[in-house]
Order: sequence, then C-alpha cells, then structure tokens
Amino acid sequence: MNPAMLNVTPRAKFAPAIRVGALGGIIIVFMGMIGMLETFSKRQIIFGVLDMGHLIIFVVFYLTAYFALKRPHGQVERSQQGRWHGGVAGLVNAASLVVLAIILTILPAIRNVFVNMTPALLELITFEKGLAVGSILLLIAGAGLGAFVGYYFYRPNPILRELLFTISLVLLIGLLQDLLRVTFQYIPFLSAILFETSGLSLFGAALLFAIILGGFEQWRRRGDGWKARYNALPTPKRKQYSRTLFGFLIAVVLLLPWILGLFFSEILVNVGLFVLMGLGLNIVVGFAGLLDLGYVAFFAIGAYTMGVLTTLSPEIAFHPGLNFWIILPFALVISVFGGIVLGVPVLRIRGDYLAIVTLGFGEIIRLLALSDALKPYFGGSRGIEAIPKPFIGPLELIGPQQMYYLVIIGCLIVAFIALRLKNSRLGRAWMAIREDEDVAQSMGIDLVKTKLLAFGIGASFAGIGGAIFASKLGTIYPHSFNLIISINVLALLIIGGMGNIPGVIIGSLVLVGLPELFREFEDYRLLVYGAVLVIMMLAKPEGLLPEARRAMELEEFRHTDDAVPPEGITGTLKNPGQA
Amino acid sequence: MNARNTLVVLSLALVALIAIACAPAFTPPADAVGTLKVGANEPIHLTWMFVVTGEDGTLGVDSRRGIEIAIDDKGGKLLDRAIKLDGQDSGCNAEGGQAAAAKLAADATVVGVIGSSCSSEMRAGGPALSKAGFTIISPSNTAPDLTDPAKRVAGYFRTAHNDTIQGAVAAQFVLTQLKLKNVATIHDGSPYAEGLANVFAANIEKGGGKVVAKEAVSPTDKEFKPVLTKIAAAKPEMLFYPIFISAGSLITKQAKEVPGVDKIPLMAADGTFSGDFYKGAGTAAVGMYQSSPDFSAFAAGYKTFLDKHQKKYNEKPLSAFHAHAYDAANVIFAAIEKVAVKGPDGALYIGRQALRDAVAATKDFNGITGKLTCDPNGDCGAPVIAVYQVTADNVSKATTPEKPFWAPPK
Amino acid sequence: MQKSLATRFTLTDIFIYILGGSIIALVVVGSIATLATGLYGPRQWIDFTITGLTLGSIYSLIALGYTLVYGILRMINFAHSEVFMSGPLTAYFLADAMGKSGYLDENPVLGISLIFILAIAVSTIVAVLVERIAYRPLRGAPRLVPLITAIGASFFLQYAFRGFFGPNFKVYPEMAILKGALVLGDLKMSYIQILVIVAAMLMMLGLNLFVQYSKTGKAMRAVAEDKETAALMGINVDRIIVTTFMLGGALAGAAGVLYALVYTQVQFTMGFVPGIKAFTAAVLGGIGNIPGAMLGGLFLGVVESLGPTLFLEGLQVPAPYQLRDAVAFVMLVLILIFRPAGILGERLTEKKA
Repeated sequence: MNPAMLNVTPRAKFAPAIRVGALGGIIIVFMGMIGMLETFSKRQIIFGVLDMGHLIIFVVFYLTAYFALKRPHGQVERSQQGRWHGGVAGLVNAASLVVLAIILTILPAIRNVFVNMTPALLELITFEKGLAVGSILLLIAGAGLGAFVGYYFYRPNPILRELLFTISLVLLIGLLQDLLRVTFQYIPFLSAILFETSGLSLFGAALLFAIILGGFEQWRRRGDGWKARYNALPTPKRKQYSRTLFGFLIAVVLLLPWILGLFFSEILVNVGLFVLMGLGLNIVVGFAGLLDLGYVAFFAIGAYTMGVLTTLSPEIAFHPGLNFWIILPFALVISVFGGIVLGVPVLRIRGDYLAIVTLGFGEIIRLLALSDALKPYFGGSRGIEAIPKPFIGPLELIGPQQMYYLVIIGCLIVAFIALRLKNSRLGRAWMAIREDEDVAQSMGIDLVKTKLLAFGIGASFAGIGGAIFASKLGTIYPHSFNLIISINVLALLIIGGMGNIPGVIIGSLVLVGLPELFREFEDYRLLVYGAVLVIMMLAKPEGLLPEARRAMELEEFRHTDDAVPPEGITGTLKNPGQA
Repeated sequence: MNARNTLVVLSLALVALIAIACAPAFTPPADAVGTLKVGANEPIHLTWMFVVTGEDGTLGVDSRRGIEIAIDDKGGKLLDRAIKLDGQDSGCNAEGGQAAAAKLAADATVVGVIGSSCSSEMRAGGPALSKAGFTIISPSNTAPDLTDPAKRVAGYFRTAHNDTIQGAVAAQFVLTQLKLKNVATIHDGSPYAEGLANVFAANIEKGGGKVVAKEAVSPTDKEFKPVLTKIAAAKPEMLFYPIFISAGSLITKQAKEVPGVDKIPLMAADGTFSGDFYKGAGTAAVGMYQSSPDFSAFAAGYKTFLDKHQKKYNEKPLSAFHAHAYDAANVIFAAIEKVAVKGPDGALYIGRQALRDAVAATKDFNGITGKLTCDPNGDCGAPVIAVYQVTADNVSKATTPEKPFWAPPK
Repeated sequence: MQKSLATRFTLTDIFIYILGGSIIALVVVGSIATLATGLYGPRQWIDFTITGLTLGSIYSLIALGYTLVYGILRMINFAHSEVFMSGPLTAYFLADAMGKSGYLDENPVLGISLIFILAIAVSTIVAVLVERIAYRPLRGAPRLVPLITAIGASFFLQYAFRGFFGPNFKVYPEMAILKGALVLGDLKMSYIQILVIVAAMLMMLGLNLFVQYSKTGKAMRAVAEDKETAALMGINVDRIIVTTFMLGGALAGAAGVLYALVYTQVQFTMGFVPGIKAFTAAVLGGIGNIPGAMLGGLFLGVVESLGPTLFLEGLQVPAPYQLRDAVAFVMLVLILIFRPAGILGERLTEKKA
C-alpha cells in the first residue's frame, strides 16, 4: 500500500471503482427485488454451507471487483492499489445490499407493491443473523472479496490460481449436480458420499476439492513432461491414439442415453429437434439472409402431417393410421410445399416486412390447427392423440433413450446435406442474395428459384423435426407451436454462431439443454434467456462458434469507429426495408 | 485332486455356507411390475408433477399445498419413515409434462406421483410414469379420456371430477332450474374449456334445448364486444363460458355493455371460481352463476383443512383443487400402509402392482372432498358439483360464495 | 427493380395475383352472404366499427413508437411492447391507492392526469434505458444483431416486471367520471371510448405537427434521411435518437393508460399481443410513416372487430372470432402483395432501396 498515492485525490481516484460497485449493487439488488435470490437459495450447492442464492451474491461481488480493475483493451489493473480499488468496489456493492436490508426492515409493507421483497429475502441477505450483524458480515464479505481480487491480479501466483480454479470447479459440480448424480448412479457408494439430498455434502465437496487440487498440481508439475512425451511419439502411434480417442468419442455418443438415463435422453432428444430446426433456419436466414420469424409453421406442418396420418384416434375424421416410415418422407414433402406456398407471396417482400409476414404465417398455421372450424381434421384444442411410436423392425422406439438414435441419425443426415449445400453452387447463390439481392440478380442468379429453394429446403428440415416430435410426444396440441419456438430457433442460431453447423449444436445445447438442468427456476428462465441474448449480442455478436466469414465482418464493425451501418439482414451491405 | 484345488473348493464351500447362514429367511413380496425397496434409514419418496410456475402456476401450487398439509397431518412420517416430497414443474403443456415425467421416471426411489395439473401433461407424460411402475393420482385432471379404458395408462387414478359430470350438472341447472332452452357458449381454445363447453352443449341438446351460438376466443384477448355482439344477434337466453379468470372476468364485464346479452343470465365454471375473478369483473359479476365443486358438501374435515391452510400459508387456497390433492395424498398413504412389508433388515418392500391394486380397491374412503371410491377406470372422485350465485358481498370482498345456490337433486 | 421482377417472372406473378384474387373473392362472397342473412342491422355494424376504432386507436399509438424508431434506426424495436406495458403496470399502484382513498372520485381529472404522468414517465425511462444499454453500443452492427437484442430485452423486461409486481393481473379502479355513454340514435359510444379515440387523435396530430414543424422534428427527419449528413450539418445524432425513443416511450405509456382504462386489466404479459398487432399496423400503413401507422392501426382494429363476422360468418365458418388474428394477418399479406411498402409507403424518409 502506498498512502502517499491514496491521499492525492481519493474521490477522483476511486470514482471508477465506486461506479462499478454501484452498478454491481444495482444488479444484485435487482436480483433480490425480483425474487431471484430467494428462489435460487432453495438449491443447495454444498449442503448446509452454501446455497445458490448466496453463491450468486458472492459471484457478483467477485465480478464487480474484477470489472472495477478492468481497463480498456483487455488489460487488468495490476498494481498495489488494485486491492483498494477492488475492495472499494466490493464494499459499495455490499453497501447496496445493506440499503436493501434496511429498507426491508423499516418498510415491510413494500411487499404490497414489490411482491418479492419478503422477510425471507431479508433473512437471506443478512445471513439470518439480524440486520446489524448481517450488514457487517455483508460489508466484510464484499470488501474482503474485492480486496482479494485486487491482490490476486497484483500478484497472480500459480498456487492461488489453482485454488481459485479448484473452488470454481467444485462449485460448478455442485451447480450441475443433477447431471453428475445420474452419471454417478452406477457407483452408489460414491454418489452417497458426494451428494446430499440437495447439493454436495460437505465431505464430498472437500473430497472433490482435494482431488481436483491434486490433479491441477500434478498437471502443473508434470504436464509439460507428458505433453513432450506425447509429442515425441512416432506419428503412426500418435495417429493410433487419436483414432482410439475418436472411436471412444463415438462410443460415448452412442451410449450417451444409457449413461445419462431417461431424463437427460429426453433433453438430448429435444436438443436434437432444435438442432434440426436450427439447421433448417440456418439455410433461410444464415445462408440466404431471409428473416423468417414464423419458422415454427413448418415444424407444425411436419408434426400435424405425422399426427393426422399415423394416429389411431377415431376422433380425427381422416386417420389412415399409416406407418411412421411411410409418413416421414411425406411430411417432408408437405413441409417443402408449405415452404413454397409461403415463399411465393413473400418473394417481393424484403427485410422487416418479411419478418412480420412470416410471423403472421406462423400464427395463421397455429390458429387454423386450433380452430373449431377444422376441428374434425386437426382435433382443435384437444389436439391429436394416440400417435404411435416408430418401429425399426420389431424394435419400438418407445422412449427418449431409443428416440435419441433416430434424432441423431436425422441430425447427421441433415447436417451432411446442409454442409454440402453450403459449398455448392446453390449455397453460393444464397450467400450472394444475402449480400445484395439486386447485384445477385444482375449476376444472373434466378431470384425466384433460389429463394424458393431456400424456403423449401429450410422448411423440410423443420418438417422432419416436427414429424419426429409428434411421434415422440405421442400427442400434439396447437399450443406447442408458439411464436416462442421460432424465436428460440433464431436465437440459438445467433448465439451459436450463424452460418456454422457446430454453432447450431452449441446454441441448442445452451438455449434448450442447459435450462433443463435448472428446472425449478422455470420462473426466471425467460428473464435469464433475455439477459443472455442481450449480453451475448453486446459482447460477442458473432456467436459462440462463428463462421469464419461472418466473424470477420463483425470484427470489422467492432473495430472501426465510424462504421457505415451495414443494412443487409445478416450481411455487410445496404438493403433497407423494401424495394 | 491336489491340495491346492481342495483348498479352493473348501473355501468356496465355506463362503457359500456363510452366505446361506446370513441370508434372511425373508423373501420380498413378488410383484408383477416390480418391488420397491426402501432401505432402513431411507425416507418414503413421494413426488408431485404440477404446473407451479408461469401464468397457471397457482393451480399447481394450490395442489402442492394440499399434499404438504396431508404430510403434516401424518406428522411427516409414514410407517415410521420420513416422507420425502419433491416434484417437477410440468408447465401445463405436453412437452413440459413429458420432460417432467422423464425426470421423475428416472428416479427409481419414487413410489408414487401426485399429478398432473393439466390433462395435456398427463397425456404426454403418463406413459413414462406408468412404465416406471409408479402409482399416479391426479387431483385436477378433468379430461374424460384419461380414464377411458382404451386410453388409460396402468396405475393412473384421479380424485378430481370428470368434466362430463360438471358439464352435465351445469346443463341440468340451466334446463331445470333456470328453465331456459336457447343457450350460447364460449370457450377459449384450451382443452379444458372446449371440453366443458361441448359436454354442456351436448347435454342441453339432449334435454331438448338449443345451442344458438358456439363461439371461441383467445385467452389473451381483451376486447370481447365484437364476439358478444355476434352472439347477441343469435338471441340466446343465457350464456355459458367455462373459461379462465382473466378473459372470463372481461367477458362478464363487457357482456353488460352489449345490448342483447346485457340482461341474460351468465354462467361460468370452476376455472373462474376465485377471488381474482370478482376483482376483474367487478359489479358485473353480481347475480351470475358458477359451477364448481360443492365445498359445502365436503366432509367436516374441510373446515379444519382450511384452518391449517390459513395457518401454514397465511392465505386462502389459491385455486379449486387443494382438497383433491389432500385426498389424493391420503389415498396413497393408506394404500402404502396396506401393502408395505417390513423385512428383517429393517427395509420396507412395496410391491408396485400391489400398491396400484390397493389404490384401485379404495372404497368409501373418508376424504375431505367426500367419500372416495375408485371405479375400475381409475375415477376415484366424489363427484359433487354445485352451482353458486355471486352476490354483491362476494364482489366487494373478492371471496367465493360459500353456500351453493343449487345442487343437483340426488 | 420491382418492374424488372414483374416482367421477368410472370409465372410467380400470376400465382400471386391468383392468390390475392381468391382471397378478395372469398372476402366479397363472405361479406355478401353475411349481409344476406340479415342477422345484423346498422346498429351492430356501428357497434363493431366503434369497438374497432377504440382498439385501433391504441394500436396506432403503439405503432407510432415502432414507426419512429424504425424510420430513424431501421430496426424493429421488439422491446416496445414492454415499454407499453411498463407504464400502466407501475401506475396501477398509484391508481389503486387513489381509488381506494376516494381521491379519484373527488378530483377525477387531476387523478387521471397523475396516472398518465407517472405511466408516461416510467415508459419513457424504460425506452431510454433500453436504447442506452441495449441498442446504442450496437449502432452499425448487422441488422439481425439489434433485432436479437431487442427480443432479449423484451423478454428481460417482461419477466423483470413480473418479478417486481407478481404474475397476477391487476385491475384498475372504476372511475365514476368515465361511466356512462353518449347515445345519438343508433350510435352509442361510452365515454371511455370517446376519450380513447379523441386522445389518440390529438396525440397523433400533435406528433405529426411536431415532426413536421419543430426544430427537433426536422432534425429527426434529417437523421432518418441520412445520419452522416445530418451529423455533418451539426445535428447531435445520439440526442435525436434518444429524443425519438422518448417520444415513442411517452406515446406508448399514454396508450398503456388508455388501454388500462378501457380493458381494466394490466399484467406483465399485456404488451405482447398489442405489440405484435401494432407492429403489424405499422407495416400495414408503411413502416416509418407516421400517418401510415395511424391508418394501419385503425384499419387493423376495425378488421379485427368486424372482419370475422363480416367475412367468415357468411362462409359458414364456426367460431369465427377464434380466427380473428388469422384474418388480420391475411389482410396484411393481401395488402403487401399489392402494395409491398404498405398502404402509404415509407415516408418519414424518402429514401428507397
């Protein structure tokens, strides 16, 4: 510490830290006010020691201090004063929680307006120790964590880093306990010592801590040696290793539903269905640049084709009760047809007009399925029941564990097609349209054919997804085909990284799979979803796994100060609303 | 045989002897579906599957509280074991139902599931629960097809009334009490409302009446005057709209402003039987009718239940199916007590099929919703539906009417 | 560009016109058949229209927010529906308190004005915050990026307000001053309906005058025309954009209170449906065009109100009001087929593709 420097202009000096601390304070108070902290505190991370609500408070303290130290261009304040900056930020952050606690104490009636500002919240943020003691604890925790962060960046010693990593990993395991619990179910004694009814047991956490720390330590000491030894191996041997690893990975993928059990197979199947839709929408939006907000329509068309033609329910007027495998290609054809029927009228409509028209199309399909008018054919609000499961020979794909393989095969085929299309003549034509419709046309690209193919092929992928969805669920309702599905597919595409197939998979896992691990927080799912979309677009608009070309374009936008706004839907060049 | 082999054989024999000596003379009960073993220190694991979040969340929370009170009444223990209760949110839709069911079905310690809230959840999730061997009792599924023998999944029961009963009672009320013949119906595109409106319409027509207008709206609509104007043109003598609180209260309010339907009797069903409905509808609700479970016909225990509820949650029940959930929990508790066998190792053995059979054999069970008897299709509810009339007092205090206005003659 | 498309692809053009023609034919046949039943007299049609105009006025006010932002930033501000929701939902607590204390009956005009002021303030703040946090850093990014941000912000705001005030709907107090109706022969309008229609008309007129004649309004048009040139002319583009969001937010807040006065219920989800409808209305009228948004909103309101009866009843479609939104969207497609830039076309700026 250097008191001389502290004395100069303390207020100006700490202004950034105070500002960041206050921002962190707003965030954490907001989370308290909307009831997130209270709800999250019901999930134990380490049983009896730490719950998720408190974890969030500490993580916000930590991050606040980190951002208080962050300087432009990825630099971090690495000086002795770092401690003070971090500490001040943490303190201000904690102080805002203290203010919240005071308000909750003196004005309990605030609950009549802000329904989640409950006494339970007060208990939570004061660690059930009363206002005075709790406030002091909070301030100490905030300032302490902040100062620690400052110190850590000042002297980033490897041991401290290992400790931090280990703690984060243990907490992450506690957070993802559901996933690990099923994986550990085959080793009952291990899961018995690791887990409590909710969260890790204290002993389990300590054990994990020791194991992981040991592992890190080993790696730090010997890792380079291991790497060197591997690199020294002769090439054929190395190839053999990587081939073995690849084979092992395939085996894992194939065995996944049996390792992870029923529930996670269910999630994987849902993720797979969204991958199918994502790949389809990727063609329409990602390749051809046609903004489609009613993509769920084709999913619905596929599902209803499968539903009507295979159901055994006599309530549907026309129910031939055909076989899944006969209808699957038929569902594909019908959804391609649907894609073209939508495509033709909107051929001349561009940009945002297209968005609202496609959105309307999605709603029209749902409303027709729901309507009393078509009830004899589509079942109205009661939907279609008794849709049989598909058979492969004598084998019935009865549950998600069996369905998984169907979805995986579907995804592989579709991904293969998408990949081939991308590098084909057609794919390049799509991208040309995306960049500039008028130029593309003058280069001799047939706009009508190309656009209709994009709509048709995109629709077919969703149609297959819908068909599988119908027979997986066994019963379909019009309510399943909401606008939110279209939005979800679009969002996963963009979060994952548009135009890129692995990106679609990552996007589905993050937006469809991950929330299922936190089922009890359903009330906050869309809130977090919205926040993630915004933060993601601000921080990494190209997505998690961007296509190289797009990343480049976006990189340009981020690093030019006076970027000319690119006005194509996804692309670089101009193309405002209409023709 | 050399010495070494002899040694091996001898030691093997010894091990076998010890094993035989130590093995209990007890054999767990054989069961067609499977036997659940609850270890000596493990709790009995009961689960719920309700919609507890989102806009329909109160429906499921209400039911969950019913179970929690039932557990409290047992002192948290069954056969000297703690009762562990947890559950899954099923979102009141098919996908949510299937995901929740998959999650529950993956847990082999579960003995039974109380749920679901909405019929669509059960249609999609029921097969997985049934396959896992659980006994399933729903407090609030009212769709008739769930207990249709051709469609029912094994192990499924419900303490809720079947929609056919409520629709028939409402129609009977209109025909015999109000003595009206020309009716109009509105549903909101939910399976519950559409089913109820259709059963009502069918019963009216069977009783010699006429359905002059059958309309449908969307639950998110706010402007109902056009549809009411259209209905008014058909000149109905009464209007039946078995929909939910938000749209239901607006229809009530706006009907008073549309000539032609402003003076005719209005009637809704249990989906609107809640204080919020009167807040939304205001004075327009005074004099209208609502069909709902007949709480006054509930057994005396219901009053005590309400007291406990008030004490535990500091508010009135949120929806209509808390009592059914309480009864569902007690039915399953009684069945477990009947079939569980205690082994000498202190473990409990519960035959899954035996448990289902025990629930199916429930007869004249004293529940707070009445005397429960399960029929072979799994309908266990005591079907007591009554019609209530809303008074000015109900509206100003936002409370549901207490005494039925009319009940079907026995 | 459009012409060359038409001359080159006559086959699709024929298809499109056949599609449009058959929709029109269905509409005409349906309408004639409905009128022929004689079930509905002029009184009913007037009722349908007035109801539609009331709803349409609210759509118009929200649509103006979409149109203003679109005209200037060329982005669909999906979070606008939440701007609309935030004001009246917050102001409910004031309205409820004043209703319970009897203040609303004693000083109705002042009371209602206070509700309006609070709602407008909240909506404006939310609109500006969204612009500052979610949109400004993305100025110049490809258009899908701010679109996704807007969708994200919309979800976030919806569930944040749910977290603040709870999921249940809240009921605005009934106000004695707004009860009753004006009756002129067959014409019957409740005071609330009159208030909504008149207030909406005044606000739209005011906005139009503002944009046409005030200095800020002219600057807005300049920015809409060309940001760079406007900046060169000494216009503070960022400030103009913020002003635009404030204007849109204020109009949405006012629309929200009108909505709450007519339909009495407010809830965190209340913005979603009117938001989509208003956006449709903006596109219908020609997005970026202020009179277009007005016209689009009123048209949509009236179509929703009388369309299902007029078009579908005669075609023997059961429960036509279930298909209300479908009718509205079909009308949208129909209009865009014949006028791809909406009824009045884009006009806040004269810029074309």
